Amino acid sequence: MKLHEYQAKQVFADAGIPTPASELASDVDGAVAAAEEIGYPVAIKAQVQVGGRGKAGGIKLVEDEDEAREAADEILGMDLKGYHVDRVLVEEAVDFTNELYVGITMDRGEGKPVAMVSTKGGVNIEEVAEEDPDAIAREHIDPSFGMHAYQARKAVYDAGVDQSVARDVSNVLMTLYELWDARDGSDAEINPLMVTSDDEVIAADAVMNIDEDALFRQPELAEMEEEAAGGDELEQKADEYDFDYVRLDGNVGIIGNGAGLVMTTLDLVDHYGGEPANFLDVGGGAKAERIANALDMVFSDDNVDSVVFNIFGGITRGDEVARGINEALEQFDEIPKPVVVRLAGTNWEEGMEILNEDLVTVEQTLEDAVQRAVEYAGEVNE
Amino acid sequence: MSVLVDDDTRVVVQGITGGEGKFHAKQMMEYGTNVVAGAVPGKGGQEVEGVPVYDTVHEAVEEENADTSVIFVPPAFAGDAVFESLDADLDLAVAITEGIPTQDMARVNKRLTETDTRLIGPNCPGLITPGEAKLGILPGNIFAEGNVGLVSRSGTLTYQVVDSLTNRGIGQTTAIGIGGDPIIGTDFVDALELFEDDPDTDAIVMCGEIGGEDEEEAAAFIDDYVDTPVAGFIAGRTAPPGKRMGHAGAIVSGSGTGTAESKISALNDAGVPVGDTPEEVADHIEEFLA
Repeated sequence: MKLHEYQAKQVFADAGIPTPASELASDVDGAVAAAEEIGYPVAIKAQVQVGGRGKAGGIKLVEDEDEAREAADEILGMDLKGYHVDRVLVEEAVDFTNELYVGITMDRGEGKPVAMVSTKGGVNIEEVAEEDPDAIAREHIDPSFGMHAYQARKAVYDAGVDQSVARDVSNVLMTLYELWDARDGSDAEINPLMVTSDDEVIAADAVMNIDEDALFRQPELAEMEEEAAGGDELEQKADEYDFDYVRLDGNVGIIGNGAGLVMTTLDLVDHYGGEPANFLDVGGGAKAERIANALDMVFSDDNVDSVVFNIFGGITRGDEVARGINEALEQFDEIPKPVVVRLAGTNWEEGMEILNEDLVTVEQTLEDAVQRAVEYAGEVNE
Repeated sequence: MSVLVDDDTRVVVQGITGGEGKFHAKQMMEYGTNVVAGAVPGKGGQEVEGVPVYDTVHEAVEEENADTSVIFVPPAFAGDAVFESLDADLDLAVAITEGIPTQDMARVNKRLTETDTRLIGPNCPGLITPGEAKLGILPGNIFAEGNVGLVSRSGTLTYQVVDSLTNRGIGQTTAIGIGGDPIIGTDFVDALELFEDDPDTDAIVMCGEIGGEDEEEAAAFIDDYVDTPVAGFIAGRTAPPGKRMGHAGAIVSGSGTGTAESKISALNDAGVPVGDTPEEVADHIEEFLA
């Protein structure tokens, strides 16, 4: 779960990391009022969950009321890389002499948190990591002890941060780690951490990703998620039904159990010349109702021309799956899109007996099921 | 022969009084697994499916000589349950639980380096030595005794590939589901090493997926140390960058590593053929064994 910039900034500020004065606004008048209060110049920043907002026209620096009105009007309501902008953060423009990067993430290869510092802030840090990896100082942290102060200092010195701000930057890094640790962060980043002409440091952007598996012990942040929800209707529906779901560009709807098997089904659709419309994992032990919900999801996607159901039961039982498919399809006078079903594993034979073959096409193997679904999808497009 | 588990393995089930724990303890016993105890705080003195339940794993070890634990404990408490099994000095702990916070696993990972216990999982289906014992939730009936070792990051994909093998009369020494999380105990390299050292394993299947660099590391290890022929499969070729595909580990960073292409080419470079479909994986294994 990714916090919006304004939310992450609030979390950082509460922990004592310096951030610019700012205010959230959802209409033009509100944005202008906020700008007047903060004092010009201000930055007006679209609050959507995508990178590269500046380049895409989602961040504008303004000097007076006219410019603020114009910029807010332009940004509010705009479509930014597929996301509708309905809120802007109006923020004090910081006069800076230097831009740094600081971040904490989990190094999955090492199985340990890693703190990172770079003097190449203000740009796409992924590009820096790829083209000039030595420009980022890294310090691995023992998760059972937490970050030692010397480690923060070492990272800051290794990165070549100027002596005049070294102490402040290591303090920010320590605080950032403590936040990351206490709030179950997966990534916590400040890019850029601006250095002013008075040698002060200030977090001009804030990124905080929270481990979804840990939200049960982060109730405050879980509430923020609700507040920030928006975007794709189908993805919202998937949240309601609690499915792992990813929308894709193709027209073959895919439902299965287990992430690896669903990914494999996607790959086979591609292998046999089709295009996957989605990834939908019903998870382990799905009962009939859940199966019906999965079909409802995929039928709700207008791009879907055919559906393939691939279940290999371990915990999941074939008879439950078959019952769910029947129940879901019996509600229709006419099935909206052709459905191909492949059942294997636990209770697959019972499932096959129950399954209403007037409503679906049954295939014995994964390969046959995928090929049939690809054919159906192709026919619709002819 | 087999690796890690056989009919001498003495299992304690952590969380045996819960719905899943109870159901799968029974399934494991029906398969022939030697389940000797359960461990659930506050439930000591009870019996589940004829198995005595203790309050702690330590008691299960003292009273029943348990040497292996299978963990069906909810995510919020599962990290602690793994610590308990490590502290009880078991040979093997298998964490089935899905959704353990990553930071908890980072702490477990640190502790693992200080103990002799091997961890499988979390978020895994467990492991099975056909005809002897299964630890976890795998459907026993699709497996057959034989000479192929299998290691996989995904449960249901394991079933799919095993089904293809068994249908052709190709059995398995041991199949290990190592789990789909970013931080896991036993990884591909560990499992490959076990199979390489097992005289009865004549071929190995390795099923990977997008995300992380474990498959690339495994490819390098195969190139240097593994003589047993290996066939591979990589799930997630069609996954778009930046999206999490169900498994917490299955996310492609978009920076060139962790993609299906980089994994497949690393494996190919190490002499490992990678099937486009599960059936093609079985084709390769059939050729190895011919």
